[in-house]
Amino acid sequence: MSEKLFQEKIDSEKKIEPKDWMPEKYRQHLIRQISQHAHSEIIGMQPEGQWINRAPSLRAKMILLAKVQDEAGHGLYLYSACETLGISRKELINQLHEERAKYSSIFNYPTLNWADMGAIGWLVDGAAIVNQVSLQRTSYGPYSRGMIKICKEESFHQRQGYEIMAEMANGTKEQKAMAQDALNRFWWPSIMMFGPHDADSPRTGNAMKWKIKRQTNDELRQSFIDKTVPQAQVIGLTIPDPDLKWNEQRGHYDFGEIDWKEFWNVVNGNGPCNKERLDHHKRAHNEGRWVREAAKVYAEKNKLN
Amino acid sequence: MSTLLKYTLRIADNSLILGQRMAEWCSKGPTLEEDIAMSNIALDLFGQANGFLEYASKIDGQKTADDLAFKRDASNFYNFCLVEVENGHFGNTMIRSLLFDTFYLLFYKELSKSQDENLSALAFKSLKEIKYHFRHSQNWIIRLGDGTKESNKKVQESLNNLWKYTDEFFEIDNVDQIMIDQKIGVNTSLLKKEWTEIIESTINEAKLIKPSTIKMITGGRDGKHSNKLSSLLKEMQYLPRKYPNAKW
Repeated sequence: MSEKLFQEKIDSEKKIEPKDWMPEKYRQHLIRQISQHAHSEIIGMQPEGQWINRAPSLRAKMILLAKVQDEAGHGLYLYSACETLGISRKELINQLHEERAKYSSIFNYPTLNWADMGAIGWLVDGAAIVNQVSLQRTSYGPYSRGMIKICKEESFHQRQGYEIMAEMANGTKEQKAMAQDALNRFWWPSIMMFGPHDADSPRTGNAMKWKIKRQTNDELRQSFIDKTVPQAQVIGLTIPDPDLKWNEQRGHYDFGEIDWKEFWNVVNGNGPCNKERLDHHKRAHNEGRWVREAAKVYAEKNKLN
Repeated sequence: MSTLLKYTLRIADNSLILGQRMAEWCSKGPTLEEDIAMSNIALDLFGQANGFLEYASKIDGQKTADDLAFKRDASNFYNFCLVEVENGHFGNTMIRSLLFDTFYLLFYKELSKSQDENLSALAFKSLKEIKYHFRHSQNWIIRLGDGTKESNKKVQESLNNLWKYTDEFFEIDNVDQIMIDQKIGVNTSLLKKEWTEIIESTINEAKLIKPSTIKMITGGRDGKHSNKLSSLLKEMQYLPRKYPNAKW
């Protein structure tokens, strides 16, 4: 199949499947995007995982653990989707460890109090959902199907985050202060999750043409902000942006300029926790090597392979 | 404290403390699949702890299940010494699980026949879960024992180290005796034979050697614990203790 036929297929909203012909650049774009997404799920387990053993009630503990477990499951679907493009999970993990692959910068911020569990669910998963809902219609079949599954669970994550936030915003003075503090710290990194402005996003062109992405970074960001501002108002928290106001004419919220220097700084490895997150993943991977080897040897001995 | 309350707390505390230990594995598993499996086991254990603590709270009449989990000191926790042992490496965790799961499989089977309807229902529900936990730890010990030289050595060492905690499973004290007499509790001394048979056949298949009898460590069921439990509780109970008036 030539590139022309491929594009016709995309234009007529047909899914591309693993065995279909595809341009090499399409394949590479998908590997980069899906693996980044998978790594984000896996690295994203850490900031929340640190609070499972400190969760303040049995119910909160079970919900948080179930949520972090879901993230591991999402990572698994996404690594599998990525493997259909002809790359192994082992190689994907190598790319992560050698810093050739990235993950979402949001996970390079620390989690300092229990309200951060609320902020992550509400804002980080909230931002992720906006992006993922759009990706359910992505042109690559396995990725699209993975997204449909993931979206179902993410909406539960966002609700549990908002519930924690609401409970704390209406709790004691200290709890309310923790909730506002968490919102202050996570707001800007959350809206940075959608990536650079469209004008500064060099890959957007192809991604839109090939319908890997269905909406641009700025469109998705605006939709997240419009959805989230009223939610903050309902629970009496203040979004830390003095320029935020409703624009009647546009029918959207106007918001302040993002600190792109901060964004690139964290993307390029200089965020508060970049090293910690990657070291944690490498350590677990290395410490598990003897277990994986033993399982492999046992399987070979017993012809389980 | 009533005998039934203490009996119920002993069961709840085993699940809660082991759950807390298993949850420490989250994001640290040797494979992603295994990370998911261990979170799943921790979730089951927290669910069991919650069920038994809810019942304990009903018996107590004043404290909630969360009060019982988050506002008791180590000396009022009645779990086996084994479950508070630190995770160590993956093989060490799996040995700890195998020893415990094998016992709990037999224990819940008997407890599901209890005259106390609440305990019997909770045991029946938990039995389904522990069957899977047992299969998981047993399979891993067979794989690791019969895997590489290194893995065999590692799990053998763990088995030798953890063996001293296993006699506590089968002890019968006053609390047990009263519960057995009322047909509420399980006579665990009668489970030792079957437990030993399962463990022996598993370690044989895993090419491991049964540790020789050594001085046993017990006392957890009466609140005598290592300082590892205090550290575990300090972390677990930190928020509710620091902000006693907060609801979460």
